[in-house]
Amino acid sequence: MSAIQPRVGEPVSDELALVQAAKKGDVSAFEELVKRYDRNVFRIAQHITQNREDAEDVVQDAFLKAYSNLEQFQGQSKFYTWLVRIAVNEALMKLRRRRPERTVSLDEDVKTEEDSVPREIADWSPNPEQLYKQAELKDILTRTIQGLPPSFRTVFVLRDVEGLSTEETAEALGLSIPAVKSRLLRARLQLRERLSRYFKKRESGDGQK
Amino acid sequence: MKCSEFLQELTNYLDGALDDRTKSELEDHLAWCHNCYVVCDTTKKTIEIYRDSELYELPDDLRTRLRSAIMSKCQQRKKTQESL
Repeated sequence: MSAIQPRVGEPVSDELALVQAAKKGDVSAFEELVKRYDRNVFRIAQHITQNREDAEDVVQDAFLKAYSNLEQFQGQSKFYTWLVRIAVNEALMKLRRRRPERTVSLDEDVKTEEDSVPREIADWSPNPEQLYKQAELKDILTRTIQGLPPSFRTVFVLRDVEGLSTEETAEALGLSIPAVKSRLLRARLQLRERLSRYFKKRESGDGQK
Repeated sequence: MKCSEFLQELTNYLDGALDDRTKSELEDHLAWCHNCYVVCDTTKKTIEIYRDSELYELPDDLRTRLRSAIMSKCQQRKKTQESL
């Protein structure tokens, strides 16, 4: 079995030049950075907040905060990693506001009932995504990932959806590398467990729903 | 190798982050343990299905609106800073 192929990001070689220009007051250089990363920030924000309006606010607030604090960006990490860190913090703040009764923290290392012992061990249909209409599939994926604790789904989204490396994810979230790996393993296994209910091979043929 | 040991290394295995020796031990285990093979295969599919799902794509009209709002605030901030 081969390893997962990461999403290939856009080249970032000119990124530092754009940041430098923006620091000197070139707003169009900053707009170029917005164009480059707004889709990613929106996706991350919506995955964390699970709320469209909040995600829109996070996109605006994160870019504005990045613009206002450009001087603090020293270029030791990628601009994108730095931006993601800002966006994740904004998104977690929104989530806390909506759920004041629950503690929302990236540090939470929750033990859940499912945790990481696989129970559902059945082959999936060869093309699981074809078992459902596209809208149904999106609904299944959304509901499934919503069920994960925020700290797990944030790590999963950064690593597996956005394709950040383990080191970049750790840096963006202020977590240690072992903590990222442990959350990622559990997030992947829990999602797998839940998706198996929808995608496992049916007894009779491939069993269209 | 026990199944629990395989599971602990699953993330490193899927990410291609193992040395050749450990990778080969894992693959020996996969060759005879059907349960671990299924868990590994369906975990890989889980990752791929989310990565390719295009959940939460930013619609073009909203994208334009957000960018225009962001840039107008950045312009305002620049003017404020310049006037200080």
